[in-house]
Amino acid sequence: MSNKRRDLLKAGAGVAAAATFPMIWVKDAHAQWTSTPEKGAKLRVLRWSRFVQGDIDQYMKSVAAFTAKTGIEVRVDNESWEDVRPKAAVAANTGAGPDIILGTNDDANLYPEKLLDVTDLANYLGKKYGGWYPAGQAYLRPNGKNWIGIPLGAAGSMMVYRESQLKAAGFDGVPKDTDGFLRMMKALHAKGTPGGFALGHATGDANTWCHWLVWAFGGKMVDKSGKVTIDSPETLKALEYGKELYSTFIPGTLSWLDPSNNKVFLDGQISITNNGISVYFAAKNSKDPKVNALVSDINHSKYPAGPAGNTAFHLFLNQMIFKYTKFPKAAKEFIRFMMEEEQYGQWMQASIGYVAHPLAAYEKNPIWTADPKHLPYRDAVKELRPAGYDGKLGYASAGALADFIIVDMVAEAASGSKSPKEAMERAAKRAERYYKV
Amino acid sequence: MLPAGALLLVFLTYPLGLGTWLGFTDAKIGRPGEWIGAENFTYLYGDSVARLSLFNTFFYTIVASVLKFVLGLWLALLLNKHLPFKAFLRAIVLLPFIAPTALSAIAFWWIYDPQFSVVSWLLVKMGLIDRYIDFLGDPWMARFSTIFANVWRGVPFVAITLLAGLQTISPSLYEAASLDGANDRQKFWYVTLPMLTPIIAVVMTFSVLFTFTDFQLIYVLTRGGPLNATHLMATLSFQRAIPGGALGEGAALATAMVPFLLAAILFSYFGLQRRAWQQGGDDQ
Repeated sequence: MSNKRRDLLKAGAGVAAAATFPMIWVKDAHAQWTSTPEKGAKLRVLRWSRFVQGDIDQYMKSVAAFTAKTGIEVRVDNESWEDVRPKAAVAANTGAGPDIILGTNDDANLYPEKLLDVTDLANYLGKKYGGWYPAGQAYLRPNGKNWIGIPLGAAGSMMVYRESQLKAAGFDGVPKDTDGFLRMMKALHAKGTPGGFALGHATGDANTWCHWLVWAFGGKMVDKSGKVTIDSPETLKALEYGKELYSTFIPGTLSWLDPSNNKVFLDGQISITNNGISVYFAAKNSKDPKVNALVSDINHSKYPAGPAGNTAFHLFLNQMIFKYTKFPKAAKEFIRFMMEEEQYGQWMQASIGYVAHPLAAYEKNPIWTADPKHLPYRDAVKELRPAGYDGKLGYASAGALADFIIVDMVAEAASGSKSPKEAMERAAKRAERYYKV
Repeated sequence: MLPAGALLLVFLTYPLGLGTWLGFTDAKIGRPGEWIGAENFTYLYGDSVARLSLFNTFFYTIVASVLKFVLGLWLALLLNKHLPFKAFLRAIVLLPFIAPTALSAIAFWWIYDPQFSVVSWLLVKMGLIDRYIDFLGDPWMARFSTIFANVWRGVPFVAITLLAGLQTISPSLYEAASLDGANDRQKFWYVTLPMLTPIIAVVMTFSVLFTFTDFQLIYVLTRGGPLNATHLMATLSFQRAIPGGALGEGAALATAMVPFLLAAILFSYFGLQRRAWQQGGDDQ
C-alpha cells in the first residue's frame, strides 16, 4: 500500500512541475458567472468509481476545496460505472436521489425533461474555455438550444501497443490506414505476438472498437431520419475486413469482457489492443517489476482510418442536475467550480488524461505534452461520435447499444458463425425493433 | 394472520403485481408507461434473441437439473454409508453451496479464462493439448461450461437435502425387505426411492426454480455472450430493462418466465407426490 502511495506521490510531483508551464489561450472577457447558492445548501453527488486512482484523489480534493470556499457540504458516492445508469434512472423515475449524477453516454437523453436546464452554465463555460466540442453538444444539447447537462469529457479508447513487438514485426508504429493496419496485424500474428480486441459482451472495449470498424468503412446504424441503414455495402466491407482482422487475433477474444484485454496485455500476451490510458497508468504504478518494465514499451495511437475516416466511439461522461434538487443554484455552482481551470486542469493531470476534456481550451493542458504517450488521448471528445450515429439519441440508441447489436454483428461475422451478409441482416432486424416508428 | 398478510402483500404481492403490470406497458426508464396490452409479448415472440434465450434457459435448466439430481442422489447415497470422518466429509460437501455465487462465479471466470485458465495450463503442461481451451468463446462450449459451474454449485444442496431424507427412512423397512429376500437394487427401487420422493419433489422443485432464474453466474462469466449463446431469460430481461432502458419489455420477459415456473411446480406437486406409489402400489 505505502509503496503504491509513494509512486503516486512521485507521479503527482512530476505533474505538478509540468503544471507550472503557462497556459496560453485568450480568455473571453465577457464570460461572467454570478450566482449565489441557496443558504444551507447540501449536495449529494453520485459518480462512477475511478478507473485510475489519481482521478478520485484529485476529485475529492476539489470537492473539499469547494466546501471550504462555499460552506456547502458535498457527499460523493461512487458506483461502478455500469451501475450508475440504473441508479440515475431510478432517481429520474421517482424524483428523489442525488442532486448531481455523473452519468455516461446517452443517459441524459433518456429523461431530458427530468433534468435541470443548465444552458446558462454551459454558455458561460463554453465562452470562457474556447467552446464545447460537437460531441458534447450532440449528447447534451439535443434540440440545439437548451443544455440538459454539462459534459465532463470522455474516457478515450485508443490503440495500446508494444513498441518493441511492432518493431520486430517491421512497423514503427500503428499504420494510419486500415490496409496497413491489417498488414501489421498479420505480421504480428506471424511473429507469434498477436493482438486482440474484445468481442464478448464487453460494454466498453467491444463497443468502442466495433463501432470504429463499422464507421471506418462508412457503415452506420441509422440515417438522420432514424431509418435503419446498417444493412449496407459499406457495413459488408467492414465485416469482411473484420473477419480478416479476427483471423490474426489471439484465441479466445469472443469471450472477452472489459477487464480481459487489460490483464492479457499486462501479462505480456498481446502486442496490441484498444483501451483507455488505464493500462499505461496501471503499468506505471505496478509494484510488479515485470509489469513495470512494460512502461517504456507501451505506446498509444489513434485508430487507423478507413475509407470513411477514423471517427471513434469513446465512453462519454456527463454531469446531470436533476430537477427535483432543492438546491439548483448550489448544484450549478458545484459543477462550475469543478469545470474551472484550477480544478479541472489539476484533475486532468492527476488522472493522467484518463478523461479527455470537452472544452477546446483544455487541449493546452500540459498533461497532453508532458508525456508524448498521452497525446493520442487528447482529442477523444473532439473526434467522438455517439453510438447511434447518425440518428437522434434516446431510447432507441441506448437500447440498441445495450443490446450489443453492433458487437454481436461483428462477432458473428468475424467468427464465421454467420456470413457477413447474414450477420448484417440480423443486426438490421434487431435494430429495427428499437427504431420502430 | 394480519402481520403475515401485510408482509406478503408488501413484499410479495405488490412487487410481483407491479412487475406483471409493467410487462403490459411500454414503460421506459425515467418515464411511466401506458397500457399496451400484449404488445411486448408479441414483440418478444418475434425477437430472435429472446427466442434464443428461451431455448438457452430450457437447455440450461434441464441439463443442469438432471445432472444435479443424478450426482446429488449418488453423493447422498455415498454419504449415507458408514464412512470415517462422516460429519467432516458432509461439511466439506456443502462448501460450494456456502460460497457466495458471485465469488464462485469469479473463480470460474478465471478457470475458464481463454488466456489464464488453470485447466488449460495444466493440460498444456501435461502435453495433452497444444492450445488453450476456449471455454467461453464457443457457443456450445460456453453453454456447457456455464452448466458445469452451475452444477458444481448446486449439487451440495441436492445431496445434503436428500441425505436428510435418507436418514428419516426407518431401518425396519430395510430389515423387512431383507427378510423378503430383496437385493440391494430392489431395496433401492422399492424402499429408498418411494420413501424419498416427497423430498425429491421439494428439492428438485427448488433446484429447477433456482436454475431457471439463474443470473449471477451468467452475468459474471459471459454477460450472455458469446453471440448471446448463454443469455438466459433472466439475464436478457435485465439487459433489456436496465442498461437498455426498456423496463416494460424486460418486465414482460420476466413475466414470461412465470408460466414455466408454475408448470415446474405443478409437475413436481402432482407428478412426484403420488401417494399410491410411495406405499408400494400402482397408480390408478
